[in-house]
Amino acid sequence: MAMEMRLPVARKPLSESVGRDTKKHLVVPGDTITTDTGFMRGHGTYMGEEKLIASVAGSVERVNKLICVKALKTRYNGEVGDIVVGRITEVQQKRWKVETNSRLDSVLLLSSMNLPGGELRRRSAEDELAMRGFLQEVDLISAEVQAVFSDGAVSLHTRSLKYGKLGQGVLVQVSPSLVKRQKTHFHDLPCGASVILGNNGFIWIYPTPEHKEEDAGGFTANLEPVSLADREVISRLRNCIVLLVTQRVMLYDTSILYCYEASLPHQIKDLLKPEIMEEVVMETRQRLLEQEG
Amino acid sequence: AGGRCSGSWRAMSPAYVPFLPQIRGSRARALPDRALVNCQYSSATFSTGERKRRPHGDRKSCEMGLQLRQTFEAAILTQLHPRSQIDIYVQVLQADGGTYAACVNAATLAVLDAGVPMRDFVCACSAGFVDSTALADLSHVEEAAGGPQLALALLPASGQIALLEMDARLHEDHLESVLEAAARAARDVHTLLDRVVRQHVREASVLLGD
Repeated sequence: MAMEMRLPVARKPLSESVGRDTKKHLVVPGDTITTDTGFMRGHGTYMGEEKLIASVAGSVERVNKLICVKALKTRYNGEVGDIVVGRITEVQQKRWKVETNSRLDSVLLLSSMNLPGGELRRRSAEDELAMRGFLQEVDLISAEVQAVFSDGAVSLHTRSLKYGKLGQGVLVQVSPSLVKRQKTHFHDLPCGASVILGNNGFIWIYPTPEHKEEDAGGFTANLEPVSLADREVISRLRNCIVLLVTQRVMLYDTSILYCYEASLPHQIKDLLKPEIMEEVVMETRQRLLEQEG
Repeated sequence: AGGRCSGSWRAMSPAYVPFLPQIRGSRARALPDRALVNCQYSSATFSTGERKRRPHGDRKSCEMGLQLRQTFEAAILTQLHPRSQIDIYVQVLQADGGTYAACVNAATLAVLDAGVPMRDFVCACSAGFVDSTALADLSHVEEAAGGPQLALALLPASGQIALLEMDARLHEDHLESVLEAAARAARDVHTLLDRVVRQHVREASVLLGD
């Protein structure tokens, strides 16, 4: 069986292919941002000896009197109304602990979870005992952020029929800063699969369901076998997303779709090779620029 | 994962911070007002001239882990992450003297990459005193010669010392010159790290667009 091997080679800077320089003020920890004491310090800065000093490596953002430094790579910081995809790590007394790529585990209270059938009633002791029947460890769910606690932990809820346990599909973990904020994060792509872009960087790709189930509330996992064509579409989408992430392109439905279309001439397994990656991403960026301008 | 970096000094060591703080099973050890910093040092069996039998768990690894922990507790702003834990794992691939310094430099880059807020870079270098000259960045042969050795970890912008360690006898008259040599070398390392980090940030910033 023939195998391909590559030798390590110095990576050429990707920014050359984009061809422009940034106008932002970039800092590293220890850099003085300003000596003016009139500014309020935000995230990523600290006050030392009358000067405002950066504590992470990133770009400085200024909003009126507030200065903060946005780091390149951070954990997910929850905000109310965000859609997240998470994995259950623990089943506790009246809640589940969900891992959402943030600093502390998120919490899904039993009272914030939809009961099957969509009924609205007080959760009883039997519901507590049956918790494991709804969601177990290592299940994946989609949920919305309800509240943020003072220490940064996030409280989730699945109080709509479109949230709930996720069935068959592929999870891609990316950095939260690469997911663009949009009106809706549930997309049905015309190529034949659907995607949920979680704000926390977890992206779920799954085959588009034939008909929308109205009453299940997302509990019954659809375990029917997925056809080969659907599987190929999902694999190609997953590779496209990984591609876009390595080249630091913002992820939203249009960019994923353009990347998918640009990748069609290549084989799925070739998509992760550096030369093909650059080619596909360049084409995607070009189409995105045309679409904006 | 969180932050990864590969140093290429005399001692090569990849370090990684397995993504920012998160509460682990040891809930009892969580501090209510700040983050716990946990450092683990291990050296590959092929790192030294003779093959090492026990890569981790021996006394040197524990001591090195402790020293790294002290260094980074001084540099990381732990108040910002209460009840969390920051893990730093360092593994030495090739040891030719100056392992502590290489570990600190590699771990600094890894912590930076993970986005953990720090006061400043932590740059370290070793120094020694041989034949009435102060030497910086000792190699394995120079360390084995038996002269006094000093390990210095510095926060370059403010000039504050994070860790200063020496376990030999040195006359206090010579201390100044040896310290000066180590500080100068650490600052040189800082210039290098600074340049690399800035380039990386600029590249990422350009790609993301304005």
